[in-house]
Amino acid sequence: MKRNILALQSEMDMIFELSRNGRSGYQVPPTSDQLPEFEIPQELRRNAAPRLPEVSENTTVRHYVNLSTRNHHIDKDFYPLGSCTMKYNPKVNDEMSALPGFAGLNPWQTGATAQGAMQLMYELSDALLEVTGMDDITLQPAAGAQGEFAALLMFRAYHQKNGNPRKRIIIPDSAHGTNPASIILAGYAVTQLPSDSNGLMDTEALKRALDEDVAGLMITNPNTLGLFESNISKIIDLVHEAGGLVYMDGANLNALMGISRPGDMGFDACHMNLHKTFSTPHGGGGPGSGPVAIKEKLTRFLPVPVLTKTKAEFAWDWDRPDSIGSVHSFYGNFGMHVRALAYIKSMGGDGLRAISENAIINANYLRKKLSPAYQVFVDKPCMHEVVLSGNLQKQKGVRTTDIAKRLLDFGIHPPTVYFPLIVPECLMIEPTESESRETLDEFVEVMMQIDREASESPDLLKQAPYTTPVRRLDEAGAARNLNIRFYDDIR
Amino acid sequence: MRYIPNTPDDRSAMLRDIGVSSFEDLLTAIPKDLRYQKPLNIAPGKSEWEVRREMEAMALKNQNAMSTPCFMGAGCYDHFVPSAVNALASRSEYATAYTPYQPEVAQGTLQVIYEFQTMISELFAMPAANASLYDGGNALSEAVSMACAHTKRRRVVWTEAVNPAYRRVARTNNVAHGVTFDTAPCANGCQSNEDIAMLLSEDVAAVVLQYPNFYGVVDDLKKLIERIHTAGALAIVVSDPMAMGVLAPPGRFGADIVVGEGQSLGNFMSYGGPYLGLFACTMELVRLMPGRIVGVTKDLDRKRGFVLTLQTREQHIRRDKATSNVCTNQGLIATRATFYLSLVGPQGLRDIGNACGRRAAYLISKLRDVPGFGFPHSGPHFREFLLRVPGKAEEFFDHMAAHGVLAGVPLVRLGLADERGLLVALTETRTLEDMDLYVSLAQKYVAEGKR
Ligand SMILES: Cc1ncc(COP(=O)(O)O)c(C=O)c1O
Repeated sequence: MKRNILALQSEMDMIFELSRNGRSGYQVPPTSDQLPEFEIPQELRRNAAPRLPEVSENTTVRHYVNLSTRNHHIDKDFYPLGSCTMKYNPKVNDEMSALPGFAGLNPWQTGATAQGAMQLMYELSDALLEVTGMDDITLQPAAGAQGEFAALLMFRAYHQKNGNPRKRIIIPDSAHGTNPASIILAGYAVTQLPSDSNGLMDTEALKRALDEDVAGLMITNPNTLGLFESNISKIIDLVHEAGGLVYMDGANLNALMGISRPGDMGFDACHMNLHKTFSTPHGGGGPGSGPVAIKEKLTRFLPVPVLTKTKAEFAWDWDRPDSIGSVHSFYGNFGMHVRALAYIKSMGGDGLRAISENAIINANYLRKKLSPAYQVFVDKPCMHEVVLSGNLQKQKGVRTTDIAKRLLDFGIHPPTVYFPLIVPECLMIEPTESESRETLDEFVEVMMQIDREASESPDLLKQAPYTTPVRRLDEAGAARNLNIRFYDDIR
Repeated sequence: MRYIPNTPDDRSAMLRDIGVSSFEDLLTAIPKDLRYQKPLNIAPGKSEWEVRREMEAMALKNQNAMSTPCFMGAGCYDHFVPSAVNALASRSEYATAYTPYQPEVAQGTLQVIYEFQTMISELFAMPAANASLYDGGNALSEAVSMACAHTKRRRVVWTEAVNPAYRRVARTNNVAHGVTFDTAPCANGCQSNEDIAMLLSEDVAAVVLQYPNFYGVVDDLKKLIERIHTAGALAIVVSDPMAMGVLAPPGRFGADIVVGEGQSLGNFMSYGGPYLGLFACTMELVRLMPGRIVGVTKDLDRKRGFVLTLQTREQHIRRDKATSNVCTNQGLIATRATFYLSLVGPQGLRDIGNACGRRAAYLISKLRDVPGFGFPHSGPHFREFLLRVPGKAEEFFDHMAAHGVLAGVPLVRLGLADERGLLVALTETRTLEDMDLYVSLAQKYVAEGKR
């Protein structure tokens, strides 16, 4: 029997296992008899139909509704996944992106038939420039990683224009994995510098690493430890003096709105994750949006097309001889632009600052409340996230993974774990402004209980979770016996 | 502040617990001169009602496919989206979850992606598919990198009948690695061995074909791919999932990598995004695959479960040695495609394919009788064809738009030189009346001597 008394823990069928010959959940719109047949040579016709499921609409709905209940999500409960900014995603934003006047637009529609869409992108651009203090922007990148890459290509084009693309980009060892990966894609080598004992960029190490081969520096601010890089002006000056450019990974912009601006700090470029700071839903892994804001010296290199505004109308400018090209087939994830602008309009300038203030207060509150039991990696006021080490619990024989898995039994999504790499047994906690004080207090209670369990019954934690749809999964086995589709054969 | 629960009282109490007397005390790490002292110059927060009104006003300024018959395509199509797709995809469980890093509480997302991978691999008849990339252009660009990494070669040949927008992205994303591109012409809109062979040599990593091609023409891939393989190059096929109910899949012809745009599968056109980059390849190449892959495994109780797998390819583990920098991809769009394909099934996909093909054949046959309109390409067309209009395509587009029809995509908008060329697409949502209206407006255009 497949069903289990705990229904949520029953093994679920796959949609293909529900398939029965001749069932269907779709009826095609009619085609008039007057129309000719679709003529296609025999050798180009499909003989064996693709084995898509044959199920009714209700079977489809029931299957995917049931599957959905096996997910944790921000509308259900706390999701303090550091660096990911799991904030509430307002419902009105989704409805706005589904308006026929937005959802029904073909991207090749010209100015006259798509002025409203272009106006929307223009207004969003203006707001993001105000928040970042930069001069110009592209909304094209579909996610943060693509924003990084697009900006690095602009750096390359800038140096090329000055005669030499240069060779290396510097990052701190606390950098997110997309930073080094984007650097390689942009044709540069990675120079990784160790952080100093306070978790910040080591300016002496930076000085030693700088030379005329360095194309630039990528740095996250606040960094992935949740700390503001206090020496940022000095750091940026040093890189500029060596002829390099400076990029801010803006994944953590939720800490800075109305508080401090990358442009004023001296950065040449930065990306934003609209799917973090500006509340667009994460969708179980996207779609996101990663606009890149830049200083004027990089404007000529922006990806095409560039959105322009004259008195009469908005237009797409393709005629940009120095452009790096395009990183998206069209203008980026427009549906996310709609949501982000709706959010900015709802919050307003004062509201954006309130977001950052509350995010910072919430993180510091957790820092303070958790510090009796957990080691705070750098015990100073943090920005929007606090990074703990599970070192004390490790001495009791419990790893950070075990703490994370045990949280699942309490219905709480674990923090980001084992990142940044420089923190042993790392737990990176980002509560966001969306959470109430009561939720934070509950989380603290649970974390304290888990710490007690670590002392009293460490084996309990090593087997956790117990209450989830599946127990711990054999990840190594999945890679060894690779099974990535339902059918064994190809037809 | 409707999205921020804590009140000023909560804040004060929390600051007290933290042990500071004011919020500013938490900002000591930020040098004074870097603290922004002014209010942001963004209008004050508005009620939901006001926000809706402003957004709706912008939406109303656009002429859209839901109220205007749309014959535009070129990589983005007005297919019907069933309500069940919207209803399921708007569930918080799918929409507001993160990437499935904690598999015990992400089995919903993970199983959906596994089912998605299976469906894509079935459509294209390819052994391995990933969880999605940003869009069609980015999928092509990752295919090019994969082919170069696999063959250790840096020259790529593609045909004129590969969507120029995708080619632009693939070029942008690969030039920093010294990859060079040569374009094979397509006489009569067909991709031919003669044209490609001229550019083939020992240093070619891959040849990129599109199927059905950019002009909607269905080329016979078999001979093309055989020829490509004799040169030791990989065959990359940009393919259309929507055609896979009626056309033999590229995997059947020996494609090494199949990529495509999955927008058609239950997603709106949405002015160019969010879309869905499809990526499938042979097992030989799977360890070079970009992006997320979901695999089956067992849990502690030997129960079936799903996890992200082969993660040692990815940036969060391998950093500068990763196969790609992609992190956040297009999860919810892939999810929508899964719901869509589940509803539509094999019969529905065949029906839609035939409906598109028949409509294209009908409109071609009717426009042939209108003086001044020409068809540079012969051969079987799936859903889309190139029309030569009398005079400039942009002017014809404006004439038609003024009469409430979005007539097609003028090629000049894609940076192509053909001023008279208009790419016309027909999905199953174009009615007989839509098509007859198109023809009568075209006749009027000629009769009124606009041309
Ligand atoms: C610090 C940091 N940088 C970059 C990224 C990459 O962003 P995305 O996933 O949107 O590509 C992330 C998030 O995953 C991040 O946390």
